Amino acid sequence: MTERFVVAIDQGTTSTRCIVFDRRGNLVSVAQREHRQHFPRPGWVEHDAMEIWRNVGKVVPRALNQAGLSIDQIAAIGIANQRETTVVWDRRTGVPVAPALIWQDTRTDLVVEALSRASGAEHIQELCGLPLTTYFSGPKLRWLLDHIPGLAERAERGEVLFGTMDSWLIWNLTGGPDGGLHLTDVTNASRTMLMDLRTLDWHPRLLSFFGVPAAMLPQIRSSSEVYGTATAVLPGVRIAAALGDQQAALFGQTCFDPGDAKCTYGTGSFLLLNTGTEPVPSRHGLLTTVGYRIGDKPALYALEGSIAITGSLVQWFRDRLELISTAPEIETLARTVDDNGGCYIVPAFSGLFAPHWRSEARGTIVGLTSYITKGHLARAVLEATGWQTREVVDAMNADSGLELTALRVDGGMTANNLLMQFVADVLAVPVVRPMAAETVSLGAAYAAGLAVEYWPDLEGLRSNWHPAARWVPEMDAAVRTRERENWRRAVERTFDWIRPEEDPARR
Amino acid sequence: MPGQVQSIARAAAILRLLASSSGRLGIGEIARSLNLPKGTAHGIIRTLQDVGFVEQDKTSGKYQLGATLLHLGTSYLDVNELRSRSINWADPLAARSGEAVRIGTLLDGKVLVVHHVFRPDDILQTLDVGSLLPPHATALGKVLLAYDVGAANAVTQREPEPYTRRTLVKARALTRALSEIRDNGWGAEIGEMTPGEAGIAAPIRGYGGLVVGAIGLSGPVDRTCDGSGNPRPALVTYVRDAARAVSRDLGATRW
Repeated sequence: MTERFVVAIDQGTTSTRCIVFDRRGNLVSVAQREHRQHFPRPGWVEHDAMEIWRNVGKVVPRALNQAGLSIDQIAAIGIANQRETTVVWDRRTGVPVAPALIWQDTRTDLVVEALSRASGAEHIQELCGLPLTTYFSGPKLRWLLDHIPGLAERAERGEVLFGTMDSWLIWNLTGGPDGGLHLTDVTNASRTMLMDLRTLDWHPRLLSFFGVPAAMLPQIRSSSEVYGTATAVLPGVRIAAALGDQQAALFGQTCFDPGDAKCTYGTGSFLLLNTGTEPVPSRHGLLTTVGYRIGDKPALYALEGSIAITGSLVQWFRDRLELISTAPEIETLARTVDDNGGCYIVPAFSGLFAPHWRSEARGTIVGLTSYITKGHLARAVLEATGWQTREVVDAMNADSGLELTALRVDGGMTANNLLMQFVADVLAVPVVRPMAAETVSLGAAYAAGLAVEYWPDLEGLRSNWHPAARWVPEMDAAVRTRERENWRRAVERTFDWIRPEEDPARR
Repeated sequence: MPGQVQSIARAAAILRLLASSSGRLGIGEIARSLNLPKGTAHGIIRTLQDVGFVEQDKTSGKYQLGATLLHLGTSYLDVNELRSRSINWADPLAARSGEAVRIGTLLDGKVLVVHHVFRPDDILQTLDVGSLLPPHATALGKVLLAYDVGAANAVTQREPEPYTRRTLVKARALTRALSEIRDNGWGAEIGEMTPGEAGIAAPIRGYGGLVVGAIGLSGPVDRTCDGSGNPRPALVTYVRDAARAVSRDLGATRW
């Protein structure tokens, strides 16, 4: 029997990648293609959904060629995608009616402001788990319905379809205008603000609040189940998984038990905690979201805390202050001193996110004395990521009643040894980096492979997971308490900086 | 005496010219000053730019001496940079071989462990990034010494410590081993540090072929060596492939 493989398509914000995995979860080949970012006005970010679909058609064959594989060796396709990004297309022609609105796009700020004053706004988060902000698909869809002439009527008549990137790709992979399947998975649906977190179905009250016609919505399915068979790109191969990228990383890190948590450290960072089969409402500024759902088993929920500025603070240190020439050099510079010298940097560059949610806060450097060198500043930059992680973990522990026992990490910043040690030190739990670095793609592959019985069960996936590195807490408890208090006081000093009438970012 | 290499002489002249000029120079000015065709001058400048000896101003397009020239005497590849660049190759090496992987560089006559990937078997292991290993008794160390004459001389001159009966302590034996490593492009250590343990390593090269570190695996002799006591050829191939992949990454782009 020839060996078989699973294909993951990772449709991300900057690029689309295809990664082929073998039965042990080892990466066999990778192909990647970037797509254009369109910024037509300040705050607007768009992608061309057609370009992204064409890129899928390029990267998948390339990844197979690299490994010398034929289509019949592919057991299943899994999809992981940038979340919340909104596409609306014509169901007869398959052509998008507008550019895709990217999660970062803030054109919906006025829509959100108006909606937050509308009646029923106070019950929205209770139903969908999310606060009213510009990120999520619901407000973006409302904006499109308001601004594209005739779109609202066409949506009512069912002539146009809405979807996040997973829906768009699955519809095209299964035939597009010729019988393409219009569906989404629970994790992606949980980012629209239109789904009831408990029933896992579109909620009439949410649809009427956002004014979205049910006729344009995809069917909500599990994250891991056979949706159908591809007719394009990989004809004959079963499409068996879809997950939002951060949920895919949670799955790829095999965080299958309540209390398991992962943090992906990139430009910003995303911490997700598996909270079990009941959604946990947050009283501490976190998001409640679906972690994943396998077949007809109950869904697993997660609490999510996003940190806006982590890797991007290192980039700022490199590109704006020009104190280092490459990002890894920050560790070298930070190691020229033994501690932060009493200096703290709070990177509230566009306000503070979870768990504070203070949009009027701005970044600050406190504790400056003539003693401080650039080495101390470098340390303060890295420590900011550690303390921000700690704040999110504290909020999660308080919301969920679960006590974090270890943190699984991935992403580019895990190459920074000093930072990973510091995260372990301030969390007072071990921090573990797995051998599989591509956790997003791996999660999509795992979910797809499970659905087609390429992998037998979750235990089989767990046995593929091996730690590549493990950092254990070394910080003295008294030092941790003192530094935690200093960080808290530093954060307080960022509050109330921008006054409403002075905010230059407001239009 | 072999003849002069023309392009090196011209490169030196360009560097002198840039050093003596008060401001930045354009490609036309450089070509005219040295009486070179513009295309020739441009080719040399581009190579100098690739190695960091020359920098181009983004707005004016003119050239000046690069910051790298100022640090020529010190190590040119940051160790944290080396870890960051090799992490995606070290992981698969550990996964494929089933053994622990380390990356090292020379620091004051010792091997500094820059990166460490656990053996993929879930038995509790301790991260030893930052620790120092003896250069003459480890595969990583011997590979690094093979490409660093100064460090090798320093080690052989002071009769290094014997860890086991197999440790190479005599200058002649060590020198012969290093010469073999240069011939083969990889090195091994079998029971020279700890009885029953072995290691295989290969050099990581930066731009221009300079050895900037070594990557290797280590584990029990019965897993890493074959019946006749030699390192398993499959493992040697994995190590050399990983070393080549990191080297390609380091040489292909600016550091």
